[in-house]
Amino acid sequence: MRWLLLAAILWTSPAMATDAASQGQAIFARNCAPCHGPGIGNPGASQKPGTAALAAKYGGILPALLEERRDLTPELVAFFVRNGATVMAPYRKTEISDAELAALGTYLSRNNPKPSGRKIRKTS
Amino acid sequence: MPLPPHLSPQLWQEALTQLRAAVGPDALFTADDDVTLYRDAYSPVWGEAEERQASAAIAPNSTEQVQAVVRIANHFGIPLFPIATGRNLGYGGSASNLSGSVIVDLKRMNRIIEVDDKRHFAIVEPGVSYFDLYRYIQERGLDVWIDVPDPGWGSVMGNALDHGVGHTWSSYRDHFGSHCGLEVVLPDGEVMRTGMGAMTSAKTSGDFRYGFGPYVDGLFAQAGFGIVTRMGIHLMPRPECFLHRRVLAYRRQDIVPLVEVANKLEDAGLIGMPLYESPMFGAQFADKALRDIATAPDVWNGNAIDRYAAEKAMPVWQLGLSFYGPAEVVEAIWRHAQAQFAKAIPGARFETIETLHFPLSPQAEEAALHKVLIGVPNLNIFAIGARSATNPEPADGHLLFSPMVARSGEEVMKAQRLFTEGMREMGADFPMAYGPFTAPFTWMPRIFALTAGLPVSRSDPKVNQRSRETMRRLIELGARHGYGEYRTPPLFQDQVMATYDFNGNALRRFCETLKDAVDPKGIIAPGRGGFWPRAMRKEA
Ligand SMILES: Cc1cc2nc3c(=O)[nH]c(=O)nc-3n(C[C@H](O)[C@H](O)[C@H](O)COP(=O)(O)OP(=O)(O)OC[C@H]3O[C@@H](n4cnc5c(N)ncnc54)[C@H](O)[C@@H]3O)c2cc1C
Repeated sequence: MRWLLLAAILWTSPAMATDAASQGQAIFARNCAPCHGPGIGNPGASQKPGTAALAAKYGGILPALLEERRDLTPELVAFFVRNGATVMAPYRKTEISDAELAALGTYLSRNNPKPSGRKIRKTS
Repeated sequence: MPLPPHLSPQLWQEALTQLRAAVGPDALFTADDDVTLYRDAYSPVWGEAEERQASAAIAPNSTEQVQAVVRIANHFGIPLFPIATGRNLGYGGSASNLSGSVIVDLKRMNRIIEVDDKRHFAIVEPGVSYFDLYRYIQERGLDVWIDVPDPGWGSVMGNALDHGVGHTWSSYRDHFGSHCGLEVVLPDGEVMRTGMGAMTSAKTSGDFRYGFGPYVDGLFAQAGFGIVTRMGIHLMPRPECFLHRRVLAYRRQDIVPLVEVANKLEDAGLIGMPLYESPMFGAQFADKALRDIATAPDVWNGNAIDRYAAEKAMPVWQLGLSFYGPAEVVEAIWRHAQAQFAKAIPGARFETIETLHFPLSPQAEEAALHKVLIGVPNLNIFAIGARSATNPEPADGHLLFSPMVARSGEEVMKAQRLFTEGMREMGADFPMAYGPFTAPFTWMPRIFALTAGLPVSRSDPKVNQRSRETMRRLIELGARHGYGEYRTPPLFQDQVMATYDFNGNALRRFCETLKDAVDPKGIIAPGRGGFWPRAMRKEA
C-alpha cells in the first residue's frame, strides 16, 4: 500500500507541479512582471524598477530577473509578497490568495537544483 | 489589532459572526497576519501610537453583500472604511481615519459591466484595476483608450474617488471629472444611483452625468457618505497617431512665456498634458558647481542659472507636448505650436521625442517611451523611490505634499522659493526636496501641483518624525500663501480641511451638517475628508 501511494505521488507530482508552475507563471505575469519583468522602464531607465533594484542589490552575483533565479524558495517568495520591500507594498489575500501564492512559489522555484535522490528514498 | 471604538469584546464577536455569515468565511479577515496587510505601507507613523490600524477586513463580492455589511455595521455601531484596490500609496494607502474601523476591501468586486466603444464609456465595479480595464479593451480590440495614473495597479474607481489624475487630455485625466454616474450603498444600507442611473428605465447612465436635480456625486469622493459599488467613466476614442515633441528653453524666466503658450494651446483643445521638467534637476547631482548654484541664497534672481545654461548649452526648462489625432492634423498643430513658442521665447529649440501610429503591436507598445502618455498602464514610476545604481539606500516609500499653484510661470517661481526656503528652515534636505528646478505637475487640468515626496521608513522612526513635522509645516506655510492641498493621507486630513477656512470654515461645517443627517453614527469612513459626525467631533 505504501509503495502504491509512493508510486502515485511520484507519478502525479511532476504533472501537478507543472500545473502549479503554469498557474504561478500567469500570476507572475499579472502581478510581478510590471516591475520584475524584462523590458524598459520610464524614459532614461533601461530596466523595470524591480529588475533595476535587484541588479543594484546583487551587483550581478544573482540574476536581476526573478524568473531566472535558482535560489528562491516558496517561503521566501511568500515573505516578500506578504511583507513587501522598500517601495513595494505587500499584496493582500484578495489580490493574491494563499493558493495562488503557493503556485507563484512553485513557479519561481522551478529551476532550483533538485533535492538528491537519497533524500527521497529516505522519506519513503 | 484594536477593537472598534466603544464595542465590547462580546458584541464584537457577535458582529463578526454576522459579518462572516453575510460574506462567507473566506471573505472576513480577523487574523493579525491578514489584517496587518491593510496598514498603510507608506505610513509616516509606522508602529507608533498614531498609526491607524484596522480591527478586521471584509471583502464583499456584490452590492447586496455590501448592503448586508453596512446594515450589520449600523446595528453594532461599527465604523467601516471602504477601499477599492487600497493602493493609495503616498496619500494614506488603505488606512482609515479612525483606528478600529473595519476595512471594506472591494477588490473582489471586479466586474467590468460594460465598455462602449461607440459612445466611449465604461461602467466598472470598485476592484477593476487599470491593468484589468486595459486588458479587457485589448482582448476585444475595442476602439477606446483609457487614461491612467502612473501606477497601473490602482482602481479606476478608487483613484477617481480620491480625485486622482492621469496623463492625457484635460477632459480625461481628471478622473473624478470624467466619471459619469455612481451606484452607492448609503450609511443605512439603501442603494442609490445618481445621474441617469436614478431613472430605472434609462440606458444612458454612462453618457449623461447630471440627470435631474442637485448633482450629489461630489459627496462620495474624499468623503464618507456611502460606499460606491459601480461607476461610469468617459473614455477617449483611440487616436490614429500620437506625437511627443519637446520645447527647450534656456533662461529661468522663460517659464513665464512657456506656461502662457502651453495654457493657450491646452485650453483650446490642441494638446494633451503639458509635461514640464528641468534637465538641471538631475544634472545638479552630477555636477557640484550646479548644486552650489541651486543652493545659493541668490539663486532666485536666475543669473547664475542662466549663465550655467549658456555655458553648458543645457536647457533650464523642457516642456513635453502630446498631440493625439489624425497624422496630418497633429503635424499641423505641432507646426502651429512651434511658431507660437518661437515667437514667445527667443532661442527656444524643439525636439522630436516619439511618433506612434495605432494600434501598436505588443513589441511596439513595450518599446513605447512614456507609456502613461498613451494610456498604457504600467508600474515604471516606482523607479522613483526604488533601489537603483544611483539610489543604493532607498526609502520605504514617501508621503506626498501636493499644493495647488496657479498656472503661471511667476507663481511657479514664487511657490518654489517659498517652499524651498521653508524646507531649508525646517532642516529638511533630501534629493526630492524643493529647489529652483522643481517643475510643476499638470496632472489636474487648469492648475499646477508642485508636489514633493517626503521619505518614510519602516525601521527608522526619526525619518518619519522629520517628514511628519515637515509635512505639517508645509501645509501651514502653503495655506498662509493660498496654496491648498488637493489630497492628503488621513493623518493630515483634519489639518488640511481646516486650511479651507473661508467664513469660519463654512465648508467643513456644511459637510458636518450633512454627515450628521446622513450618517450620524459615523458608519462610513468617519473623519474622511477632515470632517466628523457630531459624536466624534473634537469640540463635542
Ligand atoms: C510612485 C507613485 C506615483 C503615483 N502616481 C499617481 C498618479 O499619477 N495619479 C494619481 O492619481 N495618483 C498617483 N499616486 C497615488 C495613488 O497610488 C493612486 O492614486 C492610486 O490609484 C490610489 O489607490 P487606489 O486606486 O487603489 O484607490 P483606493 O486606495 O482603493 O481608494 C482611494 C480612496 O478612495 C476612497 N474609496 C475607494 N473606494 C471607495 C468606494 N468604493 N466607496 C467610497 N470611497 C472609496 C477611500 O477613501 C480610499 O482611501 C501615486 C503614488 C505613488 C506611490
